[in-house]
Parts: sequence; structure tokens; C-alpha cells
Amino acid sequence: MKGGKENKVLFDFKMKLTGLTITQAHQGLIKKEFSALELCKAYLDKIKEKDKEISAFLTINEDFALSQAKKIDDMILEGREIPVLAGIPCAIKDIILVEDLKCTAGSKILENYIAPYDATVIKKLKEKEAVILGKTNLDEFAMGSSTENSAFFSTKNPHDLTRVPGGSSGGSAAAVAANMCCYALGSDTGGSIRQPASFCGVVGLKPTYGRVSRYGLIAFASSLDQIGPITKTAEDAKIVFDVISGKDELDSTSVEKPKLQTTNYKLQTIKIGVPKEYFIKGMDPEVERVIKEAIKKYEEVGAKIEEISLPHTEYALPCYYIIAPSEASANLARYDGIKYGYSVSNIPTFQHSNELMDVYFQSREQGFGPEVRRRIMLGTYALSAGYYEAYYLRAKKVRTLIKEDFERAFKKVDVIFTPVSPTPAFKLGEKITDPLTMYLSDIFTVSVNLAGLPALSLPCGKVGKLPIGLQIIGKPFEEEKILAIGKILEVDELRSSSPFANARVKS
Amino acid sequence: MLSREEVQHIAKLARLGLTEKEIGKFQKELSSILDYIEKLKEVDISKVQPTSHSITRALAKGGDTAAASSIEMENVTRDDIENDASLKLKIKNKKLLKLAPETKDGYLKVKSIMRALAKREDERSSSPTRAFAQQK
Repeated sequence: MKGGKENKVLFDFKMKLTGLTITQAHQGLIKKEFSALELCKAYLDKIKEKDKEISAFLTINEDFALSQAKKIDDMILEGREIPVLAGIPCAIKDIILVEDLKCTAGSKILENYIAPYDATVIKKLKEKEAVILGKTNLDEFAMGSSTENSAFFSTKNPHDLTRVPGGSSGGSAAAVAANMCCYALGSDTGGSIRQPASFCGVVGLKPTYGRVSRYGLIAFASSLDQIGPITKTAEDAKIVFDVISGKDELDSTSVEKPKLQTTNYKLQTIKIGVPKEYFIKGMDPEVERVIKEAIKKYEEVGAKIEEISLPHTEYALPCYYIIAPSEASANLARYDGIKYGYSVSNIPTFQHSNELMDVYFQSREQGFGPEVRRRIMLGTYALSAGYYEAYYLRAKKVRTLIKEDFERAFKKVDVIFTPVSPTPAFKLGEKITDPLTMYLSDIFTVSVNLAGLPALSLPCGKVGKLPIGLQIIGKPFEEEKILAIGKILEVDELRSSSPFANARVKS
Repeated sequence: MLSREEVQHIAKLARLGLTEKEIGKFQKELSSILDYIEKLKEVDISKVQPTSHSITRALAKGGDTAAASSIEMENVTRDDIENDASLKLKIKNKKLLKLAPETKDGYLKVKSIMRALAKREDERSSSPTRAFAQQK
């Protein structure tokens, strides 16, 4: 059965292609081991095969992806040097604008919104000839921790289809974990890159606030939002981060990386702080065991482990749930049924009303889902006359204390290690009925956003078949350091439990 | 617990239509979230400055990490002149207008802003068919 054998070879070849890291795929392209078109088709086939059960994608951009791949092949044939990201297929969280593609933010209110321009991060990826496969599912307006708040459908965890992929960047993390793209972009307001990366067993980087332009990112909470990469390895995260970061005149909060005095550090002599407040009762003991084992690995290679205290940790979550909804209630005021998005003024049954106010009230009532409405209500309440000082102003002051906790800790240690989440991926439907329980899954990630710090979520082991992520928090602008530290664990044997360990081709 | 009237008042401020059932739901849900947030009252904030943004200019310029506490933002401005960039924006305008639910002569079209005015209009036209035709 020659034909059958050939099919098997082809199948293995495609399996290998979609299992490659960015670096490996780039090497394969320039050595002409495979073409960009083959690579792109392998991913599109994988999406057709797997996304029926995982539901990570909201939009597939097949024609554009294929024509872009052909363009890269021409460049290679002409003997031109290509950027590392050229021809490498990626997926974009559907809250980041890609010109002429639908951008829904997971919301009915933007169901038919076609992005009129590229976000700065997309412009930068396109300059490096990236191949954008499509847009991935998310909690509506990035509000959620399970991707169940999407107005369209829930995404499943590739490691266990009865469980959530985490959120809000659940589609991006699931797509990377299921090899339906080589890497993805997500956004992180309170853990939305790190927690799904942890649940899906992939690497997620939340950069320092200001390092990546937010222009073209649909705003949720502007003092917390940050775009970052979701990848298979720390090395890949660095490649993507280097491309998307930098000051942008279209985002007044973006900053140039300052010159740091401490660029020279020996990884073997780093001091790792482990905050005692992050190992609390209520935490899954198996998660604690996996995290402590990972920390021990670092001790074995020579790192100093020191117990530290971040005394205001327990106030981070209530502080976040004032600040984020307050900013959201202001940001989401723009969806008014007048400028763009869902509007009742187009609905024939609405024609009896002739009043602007009715357009506002009803468009927003019908366009926003339950969690978004809840947060708009909460934020509006916190900012309303008579409550501003008691809630919003108080939260901003507590935010200062949380930030100062980290500043004090970073005088003693170089990086901080914590779990990303107190539990592995939970069951679909398990927490969706109780908003407060859902909020508690962000308990270890929100402080980092409040303090504006960079943090990495790194797969460090499993409980059963479910991956667990280690959170590595760095000083402002020290993304390179936390990525380098993360890489140590990756080359370690622990990595063999990763879904990519077997998929790797020999380099 | 938040009263019905409070929930209705917040919804009005937020320009968010609520169903009857939702008023009760929000009374309960918002109250339990606010109870949880009450925890912040345990913190002594009497001598603390508020933080709006986390990264300071001092820090961004390479200052000491520990010295930073609140951001000094710098406005980004441009000259109000027509150049390549502004011409590009003009082309974009068409794209943006396409996204609007209702437009007229290159402007966004909105419903009547003043209730009274609309009412008077209604009275004058008295015929419901005519009012409907105006909508179109």
C-alpha cells in the first residue's frame, strides 16, 4: 500500500511542522526543508482537524495567510534574507485590530465590526512578514477567566476537553497548545495572558506596563491593559516581544526601555523571592507541590531562595475589582449604538422610538453580555457621586501600597516566584454562575498589573494531565531577565512533560 | 444590600437598559461584590498618595526603581496642518463612516436629542405613518 505509506509520511511531516517553535520553523524555512506555503497549509489543516472540538478561532484568515506565505517563498527563492517571524503562522486575540478583518472583542455589540486599521503590534508583525492565520476567542471585552463569557461559544482546554482553557486569552492559549498556530498574541489586564497560558501548558508573557503599544487594542482598563506573546518556549516569547515592543507616538503611555544598570547578572547567583502570602490555605496542595519542586530545581542550579513578604497581597483582588471595572465603565461608554457596532436604530421594531436616549439604553442592553454589564454597573457605582472617595480613590491608594510592597521586595531579591493560579484548569460551567468565585481565580495575577510589572507564566509540571504554570515576576523593564531565567527550567527535564517535547524535530 | 432605586439609578448613569428581573439580580450580585470590596477599609491609607499609572517617567528615564510612585504623563500633540498623515486619516474617515449604523451627507445621524422637541414634532404630524416615514 504505497499510497497509504506516503500519506503516513505526509501526515508525520505535517505533525512535525505544527510542533515547531519559531526558531525551528525559521531554520527550516531558510534551509528550504519546507516552504512557507507548506507550513501555512499544515496549520490550516490542523485548524480544520482540531478546532471543531476546541473552538479557539472566531475568524480564519485563509486567503490572506496563503498569499502572505507565497510572498515569503518568493523572497526565499530570490535569495533574500528574511526576518525570523517571516512566514511563521500566528493567531491574534480578537480584541486587537487587524485591518479589514472582523474584530468582535467576543461581544455581540461588535459582532459585525470590521477593523478600519491595524493595531501598532500588528503593523510591527506585518513589517516582519508574519502570517496571520486568524482571530481567537476570548471572554467578552477580555472580562473573565475562562473564555466562557464569549458571546459566541466557549473554548475547550486541549489537555482536557471538559475543562476551560482559562481566560480571557483562552482562544490564543488553546490555539498554541493544540499546535493550531506557532504563537499568538494575547492581552493581560489582570492575568488574561498568564492564567490561560498556565492552564494550557504554554508560555505567556505580560510585559511591563508601557513596553508594548496599546494602540489598536480595544480598551478594557487602560492603566492595566498590556499586549504580550503566548508561545511554546521562553525563547519564542523573547522573539515576539522584541518585535512588538517599543515606544509609539500613538500611545501616550508607551515608553522607551530605559538603560538599566543591572544588565549583567549571573543566572546561577540570582536571588529568588518566594512570597509567603502566595501559599495560602484554599490552594490546591498538588499545585503547591509542583511549584515548590520547580523552585527547588532553581536552588539546585545555584539560585538563592529567600522567603519574602508582600503584606498587602490580600487587598490586591478587591483593589483590582474597583479599578478595572471603573476604567471599563468609562472605556465602554463609547459603545452607544451611534458610531459603530450593534445599534437598535437599525432594527425595524425599534422604529417607533424617536429618541436618542432609547438608542443608548437599548443598544447597550441588547449588545453587552452579563459579565460586561455587571462590571459597567460596578464601575459606574464606584465612580458615582458620593462613592468616589470610598471606593475609587481608596483603591488607588491601596494600589500604591501594593506597588511599594514589590519595590521593597526587589531591594532584596532579583525575581519573585509564585504560582500563576491556585488551581489547575477547572471544569466548564463550574464557576460561571458565581461571579465572585470566578474573580478569585485571578488572585495571584492581579497584583502584577496593579504594580505594572513584567511577569512570565511558564509550564513547570502537571497535576494528572493538567499543566501548572510558574509565575516569574521581574522588576520593571526586566523582561529579558525573567525570560532567561525561565529558559533554565525549559531545558530541564521537567520540560519533557510538555506537549511539545515529543513534537520537536532534531535541530 | 443595594436598593432597587440605587440599581436603577446606576443603570441610568451607565445608559444601560435593565429588565425587571435583572434589577433584582444586580441588587444581589453587586451587593456581594461590594461586601467583598469592603475589605479595603481595613487598610490605613491616611498617609498614602494615590497611584493612577504604575510606571513613572523617572523610572522610564532610568531612575531608581524604588523611587518611583506616580506617573507624569506627557501629552502627545501635533501641528494642526494638512500633511501626508492627515490625508491618510481623511481616507480613513470613509472607512469609519461605513461602520456607523446611520449616516447622512458624510455625518453620523442620531435620533432626536430633546424629548420636548420630538413630542411637538409628533403632535404636529399626528399621523403615525408620517412619523414612521421620517424614521426611514
